[in-house]
Amino acid sequence: MRGRVLVAKVGLDGHDRGIKVVARILRDAGMEVVYTGLFQTPEMVAAAAIQEDVDVVGLSMLSGAHLTLAPLVVAALRERGSEIPVVVGGIVPSHDVEELTTTGVAAIFGPGASAEEIVATISSLVPQDH
Amino acid sequence: MTDSPHETWRENYDAARTRDADFTTLSGIPLEPVYGPRDGEFPGQFPYTRGIHASMYRSKLWTMRMFAGFGTALDTNARFREIIGAGGTGLSTAFDMPTLLGLDSDDPMALGEVGRCGVAIDSLADVRDLFAGIDLSRITTSMTINSPAAVMLALFVAQAEESGVARSLLGGTLQNDILKEYQAQKEFVFPPRQSMRLVRDTMAFTAAEMPKWNSISVSGYHIREAGSTAAEELAFTLANGFAYVELAREAGLGVDDVAPRLSFFFNAHIDFFEEIAKYRAARRVWATWLRGHYGARDERSWQLRFHTQTAGVSLTAQQPEVNIARTAIEALAGVLGGTQSLHTNSMDEAIALPTAKAARVALRTQQVLAHETNVAHVADPLGGSYFVEELTSEVERQAQEILADIMEKGHGSMLEGCITGIEENWFQGRIADSAYALEKSFNSGRRIVVGVNAFTEGNDEDDLAILRITSDDEKKQVTRLARVRASRDTARVDEALATLSREAADPTINLMPALIDAARVEATVGEMMGAMVKVFGRHVEVPSL
Repeated sequence: MRGRVLVAKVGLDGHDRGIKVVARILRDAGMEVVYTGLFQTPEMVAAAAIQEDVDVVGLSMLSGAHLTLAPLVVAALRERGSEIPVVVGGIVPSHDVEELTTTGVAAIFGPGASAEEIVATISSLVPQDH
Repeated sequence: MTDSPHETWRENYDAARTRDADFTTLSGIPLEPVYGPRDGEFPGQFPYTRGIHASMYRSKLWTMRMFAGFGTALDTNARFREIIGAGGTGLSTAFDMPTLLGLDSDDPMALGEVGRCGVAIDSLADVRDLFAGIDLSRITTSMTINSPAAVMLALFVAQAEESGVARSLLGGTLQNDILKEYQAQKEFVFPPRQSMRLVRDTMAFTAAEMPKWNSISVSGYHIREAGSTAAEELAFTLANGFAYVELAREAGLGVDDVAPRLSFFFNAHIDFFEEIAKYRAARRVWATWLRGHYGARDERSWQLRFHTQTAGVSLTAQQPEVNIARTAIEALAGVLGGTQSLHTNSMDEAIALPTAKAARVALRTQQVLAHETNVAHVADPLGGSYFVEELTSEVERQAQEILADIMEKGHGSMLEGCITGIEENWFQGRIADSAYALEKSFNSGRRIVVGVNAFTEGNDEDDLAILRITSDDEKKQVTRLARVRASRDTARVDEALATLSREAADPTINLMPALIDAARVEATVGEMMGAMVKVFGRHVEVPSL
C-alpha cells in the first residue's frame, strides 16, 4: 500500500495505545506515518498535515470530545484550502457516526475495527496518482 | 521455642473480629478460614503471598469502591448518593480531562472536554457541591488525579474543614502517582522532577497531618490498560512505589513513616490465573524489597494493600451485555487474589460513561461474589495449587528481572531509574511494543475476542441505552465558574497565587499550606496550576511510535 498518513491526538486526551497500534499497522502495510504527539490543537494538526504533504489525516479520540474537535480539524484544513480527508478512530458511539459524517469526516473506525478494515479504508482515500 | 507458622496464624486469627456470617458451603459443609500445611506460609505472614491479614475477608469484605464522575459536581453528587444508597461502601472520584490537566473549564483547550470523562472541578464551590450531604468522616473517598493532586488535596481539606471535619479525620486516597502518567496514562503538566517535588510535599504533609490518608495509590492499572504485560504492570508499578519510598527518604522521612501510607492499584485483566498470580507475586516482591532493600521494620510497610479495577480494555462495544460476564470473571480474580477494594466496570464502558443502571449491575456483580458465592470464606483458596504457585513464581521472576533493569538504569537508585526510563521513552516503548504484539495476535485470529473476531452474530443489535453528556453541561459549568470568578475577593486570590509562585521557587518549602490558603479564597485549579507552571515549566513528551 502506498500513502502518507498523519496520525494525531487532538485536545486533552492522553490515551495513546490505539494511535500507536494503528500507526504500526499502517507502517506494516507499507504506508508512511507521521505522528505529532499529544495535546495538539485542530490548527496544529491542519498545519502539520499540509506541511508534511500527507494523503490522509487520522484522529484518535477516546475522551468523548469527537463531536466538538473532529469537525474543527476538517474546518481548519478546508480554511487552508486543503481537501485532505480526515478519518476518526476510537470510542465513537454509533449514534454519533452520522453527525460526524455530515461534518465532513470521511470514515469512522469504532472499537474493535480490524486492521484489514483500517488499511483498506485509508488506502482507498489515498489519491490514485500518488 | 517459637510458635509454628500455623500456631502464630491461629493466634492472630483468634484475635481478629469476624463478620456475622455462616462460614459453610451452601450445603452446610463447615469451612476453615484457610487451608494448607502447618509449617507453610499463612495469610498475614511475611512475605504475604497468601494475603496481608490472618482473617482476610472473614473480618471485613473488600470495599466496593465504585469510580464515578461526569458532568458538573451536582450531577456527580447525585450519582455518589445513588451508589451509597445501593450499598457501595466507598467513593472514587473521576475527574474530567481539563481538571486532570489542571485547566479551568473556560480554558480554550478545554473545549468539548468539560464533564465528558469525569466531573469538572474548578474551585472550592464545585468541591462543596460534589460532597454535599456525604459524611466525609464516615465514607472514605479516593481521588483519581495526579498532576494536580496536591491542588485537589488542598481543595478537599479546605472543603472538609469548612464543613466541620478536621483534616486528621479524613480517610481516603489520593492517586498522586505521577510516574505512571509519563509512562502510560499521559496526563502530565510539569516536568518529572518538578512533579516529584509536589509528590514529596503531599507525602510529608499527609504523614504529619492526615494519619488516615493514603498519600499515593501506586497504579499499575493504567500501565496495563496502555498495553503492558502482567509482569510489566507489576514491575513498573513496584518500581514506581520504590521510587516514592526513595523520594521520601531523600526528604528526611523514615521509610516506616511513608510506606504504610502507600497503597496500590492493579488491573484485573481477562486472564484469570495470570492475574491471581500477579497479585500474589506483588505482595511477595514488595514485602521482600521493603524489608530487605529498604530496611523497613514496621510490618505495615511490608504489607502491599491494593485496589483492583476490572480491565476496561477487555470490554467490547459489540454485544456489550457480554461484558457483564467478563467483568464478573475479572472481579473474581481480584477477590481470589486478596484485593482490599474493587471497582467493577459497567457493560457499556467500551462505548460511553456508564448509565446509572449499568453501574448498578456492576456493583451487583460484586455483591453476588461477596454474598452468594461463598468465595470470601476461605483466604487464598488457590494457594497450594501446583499451577497457581508456579505461575506466581514465574510472574515474580519476570518482574524481578525488569526491576533489576530499572535499578541499573538508575545506577542503584530506583527513583533515578524511573525518571531516566521516562526521559528515554523506555517505559513508553516497552508498553507500545507489548500492546502491538497483543494486537497482532488478535488480528491473526490466534486469540479470540467474542463478538469482535469471532461469534459476531448479534453485533448489529444496538439497543443499549447510553449516557449522553451534551455540551449543555459544559455551558453550565462555564457559567458556574464565571459566577465564582465574579463573586470572590480578587485581591486575596492574587496574593495567594503570588505566594504560591514564590514558594514554588524554593524547593525547601512544602507547598501544601500555600495551596490550602489559595483553595480557601476560591482560587481555581487552573490558576493554582498556572502559578506553579510559571516556576516549574511544562513537560512535552517527544513523540515516538
